[in-house]
Amino acid sequence: MLADADRIFTNLYGFHDSGLKAAMKRGQWDGTKLLIDQGHDWIINEVKQSGLRGRGGAGFPTGLKWSFMPKADPRPSYLVINADESEPGSCKDREILRNDPQLLIEGALLASFAMRAHTCYIYLRGEYIREREALQRAVDEAYAAKLIGKNNIHGWDFDLYLHHGAGAYICGEETALLESLEGKKGQPRLKPPFPANVGLYGAPTTINNVESIAVVPDILRRGAKWFEALGKPNNSGTKLFQISGHVNKPCVVEEEMGIPLRQLIEEHAGGVRGGWNNLMAVIPGGSSVPLVPEELCQDLTMDFDALLKVKSGLGTAALIVMDKSTDIVRAIARISYFYKHESCGQCTPCREGTGWMWRVLERMAEGRAEKREIDLLFDVTKQVEGHTICALGDAAAWPVQGLIRHFRGEIEKRIDTYHSGHKQAAE
Amino acid sequence: MARKLIVDGVDIEVEDGTTLMHACEAAGAEIPRFCYHERLSIAGNCRMCLVEVEGSPKPIASCAMLVNDLPPNRDGSPKKVFTTSKVARKAREGVMEFLLLNHPLDCPICDQGGECDLQDQAMAFGVGGSRYEENKRAVEDKYIGPLIKTVMTRCIHCTRCVRYMTEIAGVEELGLIGRGEDAEITTYLEKGILTEMSANAVDLCPVGALTHRPWAHNARPWELKKTESVDVMDAVGSAIRVDTRGREVMRILPRNNDAVNEEWISDKTRHVVDGLKTQRLDRPYVRRNGRLVPATWAEALDAVAQRLKSTIPAKIGAIAGDLAGAEEMFALKELMAGLGVANLDCRQAGEALDPALGRASYLFNSTIEGIEAADEIMIIGANPRLEAPVLNARIRKRARQGGLLVGVIGEAVDLGYAYNHLGVSPAALQQFIEHAPAAKERPMFIIGAGSLARPDGAAILGLAAKAAQALGVLKDGWNGFNILHTAAARVAGLDLGFVPGAKGLTAAQMASGGVDVLFNLGADEIDIAPGAFVIYQGSHGDRGAHRADVILPGAAYTEKSATYVNTEGRAQQTVRAVFPPGEAREDWTILRALSAEIGRALPFDTLEQLRAKLYAAVPQLAALNTVTPADAGAIAALAKQAGAVRDEPMRTSVQDFYLTNPIARASQVMAELSALRHASTKMLSAAE
Repeated sequence: MLADADRIFTNLYGFHDSGLKAAMKRGQWDGTKLLIDQGHDWIINEVKQSGLRGRGGAGFPTGLKWSFMPKADPRPSYLVINADESEPGSCKDREILRNDPQLLIEGALLASFAMRAHTCYIYLRGEYIREREALQRAVDEAYAAKLIGKNNIHGWDFDLYLHHGAGAYICGEETALLESLEGKKGQPRLKPPFPANVGLYGAPTTINNVESIAVVPDILRRGAKWFEALGKPNNSGTKLFQISGHVNKPCVVEEEMGIPLRQLIEEHAGGVRGGWNNLMAVIPGGSSVPLVPEELCQDLTMDFDALLKVKSGLGTAALIVMDKSTDIVRAIARISYFYKHESCGQCTPCREGTGWMWRVLERMAEGRAEKREIDLLFDVTKQVEGHTICALGDAAAWPVQGLIRHFRGEIEKRIDTYHSGHKQAAE
Repeated sequence: MARKLIVDGVDIEVEDGTTLMHACEAAGAEIPRFCYHERLSIAGNCRMCLVEVEGSPKPIASCAMLVNDLPPNRDGSPKKVFTTSKVARKAREGVMEFLLLNHPLDCPICDQGGECDLQDQAMAFGVGGSRYEENKRAVEDKYIGPLIKTVMTRCIHCTRCVRYMTEIAGVEELGLIGRGEDAEITTYLEKGILTEMSANAVDLCPVGALTHRPWAHNARPWELKKTESVDVMDAVGSAIRVDTRGREVMRILPRNNDAVNEEWISDKTRHVVDGLKTQRLDRPYVRRNGRLVPATWAEALDAVAQRLKSTIPAKIGAIAGDLAGAEEMFALKELMAGLGVANLDCRQAGEALDPALGRASYLFNSTIEGIEAADEIMIIGANPRLEAPVLNARIRKRARQGGLLVGVIGEAVDLGYAYNHLGVSPAALQQFIEHAPAAKERPMFIIGAGSLARPDGAAILGLAAKAAQALGVLKDGWNGFNILHTAAARVAGLDLGFVPGAKGLTAAQMASGGVDVLFNLGADEIDIAPGAFVIYQGSHGDRGAHRADVILPGAAYTEKSATYVNTEGRAQQTVRAVFPPGEAREDWTILRALSAEIGRALPFDTLEQLRAKLYAAVPQLAALNTVTPADAGAIAALAKQAGAVRDEPMRTSVQDFYLTNPIARASQVMAELSALRHASTKMLSAAE
């Protein structure tokens, strides 16, 4: 278990005041000027050495991403923070925005300084009304205290703007987010060119998740070694886990990377409803990753590499726990509906494929299908995966693949039941 | 820098900035596509052009990937690209299947049938059937204008039409709304798009979602005979293809000509087709007792010959109209020269252009392609959007590239790009004469020929020439002094010297009673005062025919091979697609027959012989499809005629875009468009 001393998010639950003064008492904004005085490259190097991997789902090394930003470019550089937390199951960023916003603001300053950006935008999910109010309050406080803004005490002019989205899931995709931020329709851009080269308003831009930015001040203050020592090799540091579904005490908790799944559920979430043996499956990283059935959960650890081995992913570390009462086909059909609803419609495989997958799954949930359609469905997911402009196509395909891979028998049983029922009725 | 690739085993080297798609094509591979189009921005959304690239875990959309972004392998060997591998084929077949999921199988009643990209590519790159058993999506049809018929269920969301409207036509009224499978192309408020170039979007549509409303269910593409010709609706000379069935012109489509129209044509050029079938003069007429009655060719020619023979040359005149070909103008000029007539004019509106000053004084000297090199454009007394929509699209294309300064002297109208309005009267030109040379490399003047049709026209042109000299519009290797004509016949007329000879009368003088016998070669935009005996030769029963005493029925531009010189000075020939209706004849043959009747037979019996004489007289007409730069010295001569100008606004000659010539005025489609345009401007002004 993570020692309290190693906790980054000390006000995760809002037990303390979220205001600037209280935050400073908890150690935030402590010696930020000294960190800045170490220079741009030192910060990037520290973050690189800490082994921090992006907390938004893809797990790309954050320091490496920052180092892609051009060092001498006539165009301005931008940092954009992705607070469009829309993945079903994910609810970590909102806790930071509500209760520990100064961590994010300080991180934004440090990250912007490292990438020679004077401007940072935070793109908030449309539904995050109160979160925006809380964050705006915190930003105003930071401006008033001259921590950020023009001629601030840190000697690096820095402006921070909040932008409210309109609630589309696709705007969490980094390039769609940029489009939306520019005032256009949120549709992903073609890559290359990558945002580090041509991003917001055509200028070099880095887009980071809220959590990735919020952990930066502590990494710099306590040292890359401290952060790297936590967790497992290549999966270092602490992480906010969000546990929802059929557990006794759903929660968001900061833990070390690589914590065993069972420990996480039992110690922090009060265990699976009806006991561990009542577990059916876990979606370990938000709705877009394939589910992991109970038999693989026993010794599973929660980190990028271990989950990849069971053909799933850490994603945003949003666990959706499902006990044996779950109608698993129905559950995945509902997820499939979500992706069909949120597909932006720009490119063909996702626009047409998500609807197809959902419709077949809806029938399968009733059993009103043929067994051959299971293979057909799997083939359709493969036809969508990897053929789209952005990753939403993959996100729509993976849960279905997980279902077929692990619960094929369940689907077949349902089809048999449906057909035998109809046969009897016909006789 | 050249990049090496191996496409399907073929080694190729392509330049930086080439897309992977073009690299593959250079290597001989065929890449299917729907959303990609050379002249539009890259959308990369159809995913049909996916190819497999060595080292990439996913197939790559080749239309959007530059070869620069594909570094060679670690060991320095060039990247291998596979366009027919299992991965590429599977990706393509998958996309094809997805596209067809919700596409209706209504090919038998779809106008796109036979020239449908989806049909063709489904045959070439798809699999035999579909595995989709759910219901298909239905989408409500949208009203996006009188020329475009929509069947939106067929739409595959390639967004070519949206990109065309936004980028080329310059109206941001079409867009994709909704998300996912509910996404629809619409004009948001279902307002009709009334731009002069809207119908090109239909050509771009790879499926039958957008089809041409006026041709709906008229013909199948495979039953049409295709003739490549040239348009005469404006002075741009767009390349067109005339599709005919039997004796009927069914439709007109654009052809590619990078130097002139790229691959766009105006709505007038395209949809004037029905005007070719109505109001036609299909037999000669002679006025008897105040009424025009049908006559035989012999009677008509005899009546004309009698008049010409019995009138003194000083009282005979000839005016050539806006659609006349160089051949008939030449024949008419020769005929008149034989009679000793000096009263000739091809400038029926009275534009103050004088061929005696030199060719550069009346040409679009920098050429249409030259617009793309310009960095400053001054539009003087012209509305290129109405006078030459395709040329205006070129200016807009240049403006979109950035670094272009546009100024307008004249009416402040919406041109589709931003400009500085510098005044309405020609006096505004005065400020440039003392001006220091422009700091730009390639400044350009575009002067509307129509706005020179006023008493001080010559002075205005002179003033413009002087301003051009002062601003550095004329440089070594750059002549930015441009006249924008609106009539297809005008430049050839000026080249031929179809203007008043010594002591000859101008068109206005002839029309207002200066002559007793007036030969009117298709001039329908001029009022001829009562009194004179008028011979009208033309194709349509328009204003000129109503005033005529003898009508000689001629051929329209789709019915003859004639030479037209566009505003740049580019000679181009039309090709006969169908025969003239009834007893109408090709125009030069009528004049040849008439000359024999008078007893002064013209010295040619075939079109080839005529052209040989024509080319001997005006050699530049022989250089087809090319522009010979004219001597810029003419501009200096022009500058000398600068004088006092009236403080009156300069106006474009095109007040109603859809009704500028007799063919357009005979077209029902054009009439409807004109009415719609008037209604919408009325509504706009009422709202203000």
